[in-house]
Amino acid sequence: MIVAERKPLEEIIGFIKDYKKILLVGCNECVTVCYAGGKKEVAILASALKMAFLKEEKELEVKEVTLERQCDQEYLEEIRSIVDQYEAIVSMACGVGVQFMAEKYQTMPVYPALNTLFMGGAEEMGVWAERCQGCGQCVLGQTAGICPITRCAKRLLNGPCGGSTKGHCEINKDVPCAWQLIIDRLKALGKLDDYDNLMPIKDWSAERSGGPRKIVREDLRQ
Amino acid sequence: MNPKTPSKLEQILASGQLAVTSECGPPRGSNGDAIKKKAEIIKNHVDAINITDNQTSVTRLCSLAAVIRLKLMGLEPILQMVTRDRNRIALQSDILGAASFDIHNILCLSGDHQQFGDNPKAQNVFDIDSMQLIQMVRLMRDEKKFLGGDDLERAPEMFVGAACNPFADPFEIRARRLAKKVAAGVEFIQTQCIYNLDKFELWMKQVRDMGIHEKVYILAGVTPLKSAGMAKYMKNRVPGMDVPDEVVKRMSGVSKDDQPEEGIKICVESIQRLKEIEGIRGFHIMAIEWEERVPEIVEKAGLFPRPAVASEPFSL
Amino acid sequence: MSYPDSIRVIQVPCTGRVDVIHLMEAFQKGADGVYVVGCLEGECHYYTGNLRAKKRVQYTKKILDEIGIGGERLEMYNIAASDGPRFSQVAKEMDEKIRALGPSPIRTALQKIHAARQAGVNVETS
Repeated sequence: MIVAERKPLEEIIGFIKDYKKILLVGCNECVTVCYAGGKKEVAILASALKMAFLKEEKELEVKEVTLERQCDQEYLEEIRSIVDQYEAIVSMACGVGVQFMAEKYQTMPVYPALNTLFMGGAEEMGVWAERCQGCGQCVLGQTAGICPITRCAKRLLNGPCGGSTKGHCEINKDVPCAWQLIIDRLKALGKLDDYDNLMPIKDWSAERSGGPRKIVREDLRQ
Repeated sequence: MNPKTPSKLEQILASGQLAVTSECGPPRGSNGDAIKKKAEIIKNHVDAINITDNQTSVTRLCSLAAVIRLKLMGLEPILQMVTRDRNRIALQSDILGAASFDIHNILCLSGDHQQFGDNPKAQNVFDIDSMQLIQMVRLMRDEKKFLGGDDLERAPEMFVGAACNPFADPFEIRARRLAKKVAAGVEFIQTQCIYNLDKFELWMKQVRDMGIHEKVYILAGVTPLKSAGMAKYMKNRVPGMDVPDEVVKRMSGVSKDDQPEEGIKICVESIQRLKEIEGIRGFHIMAIEWEERVPEIVEKAGLFPRPAVASEPFSL
Repeated sequence: MSYPDSIRVIQVPCTGRVDVIHLMEAFQKGADGVYVVGCLEGECHYYTGNLRAKKRVQYTKKILDEIGIGGERLEMYNIAASDGPRFSQVAKEMDEKIRALGPSPIRTALQKIHAARQAGVNVETS
């Protein structure tokens, strides 16, 4: 899933301080699962914003809506009939949802309420960690299912570096060394000899470096 | 092994003599004389001088300009190059720039993470890693090709080195990782500072068992300790550094005034013991901001005088 | 069991039922202070309800600090179900603490807005 967390309230208040009526839109997908922008978080943020305004003796009208997805045109359409009644939209979706919202409602100011962080999963309740950087050319088949591009701070394809200590990365004792994990798993799989293969220089053109990426599937296109 | 480049360091190693290298960190400013001064102190006692490349991610005068200064002094520089700050375009370009000044040695590194330096908010690059940098320099030198496949004119003639830390984890693959660097085309190795000699011997045994010591020149890295405080800092704070308790105890066991001398003594004793290890072809003395003691260490370790191999003359 | 008149008790089956939004809405409606009273730690009938409540209270305190209401207006106490005297004592303590802090800025603002409305004045200043 895409993992995000709420921006500091002060920043969100800064975006909307001059408005009286806002539409606060949550998203039922990833950001609900990571407790950042689902229905519950929409209600909490609405309450916090209203109180922040009240404290300044101003009233803020907040319409709370949570869409199935903000990264899909059809769900964004659901608010078309009410959008005009508000001065701005605050989106609690990831950066994708915020942009889709802005594209859909051209004349409406749209502000993000979240900082979108990474593609990851929940290691345990309340703990999310990054697992993929979307490099466009997956190497997991060569690295025992552990991504060195995401999990090595230097994204070394031929690690571990000289800073790997007792299973930890040199940048932080709380960060596991990706290459230690890879080697441990190669051993568990009886494939440690795979370690001896030099990983070739990577083609980064399928990654962010190649410019904004797009997939067109003619079999699905209408 | 016959020399493949005009590198003085390579000539000495190929002749079977123990080589001695040391390093200078460039200044945090544009005063080029600072490098000159450091080099003057050690030039008669070492065969080649490494110039570090923004070590520990602290911004400094660039290693490329600094090695050119050494070259113009008639000395033999080793250009350190990290992949943290430059993509493959910049790396190839800098390699050619260095080669245009007949810099004949390069040390291929990935580099410390920028979090440790003065710009922790910086992007890092890591377009390629240290092993791939080794491959790239060899491609440019041996195949006279750019990474993109085009031919290049006047190929760089560089003796290709890399670092190796036998003390980092997991220990069991450290010799294998060196073998990977050898497979990538590395020709000489400078190791991380050695304080735990027992563990180093164990690693060297693995290296010999794999026959790697006959395919690459291994220079043992040593760093004299200035104080007990430095020993403790290296032990506890520097990732991948292995300073045994005995060493800390020995440094702490003498008065503060005597600690520098004790540090030099330990360093010289280490070199003596390392000389006995089969497969050690020289020493890399990293006296951190303590260049003035390098000549003494070299002399006391019986590594002086240095072989009389002239560096290829160069002038602008 | 006596406690100050200022306190309104809202019963829940377990403090684990108390969510952030409930605490927020209490303040939004003008409460000067809120405190959650749960069973002693380790004695929750649902095992961890009171521990969850404690974390939610901590989280809500941060939000209240961020918007300038003051996290100290919200507290969590753990009192055994049989300990009436302790319940009274805590109620008194909390009442005194909130009186010392004065009215919540939300309540003051709500009163002003209400009064202005009554007088037919528009106070929305933004």
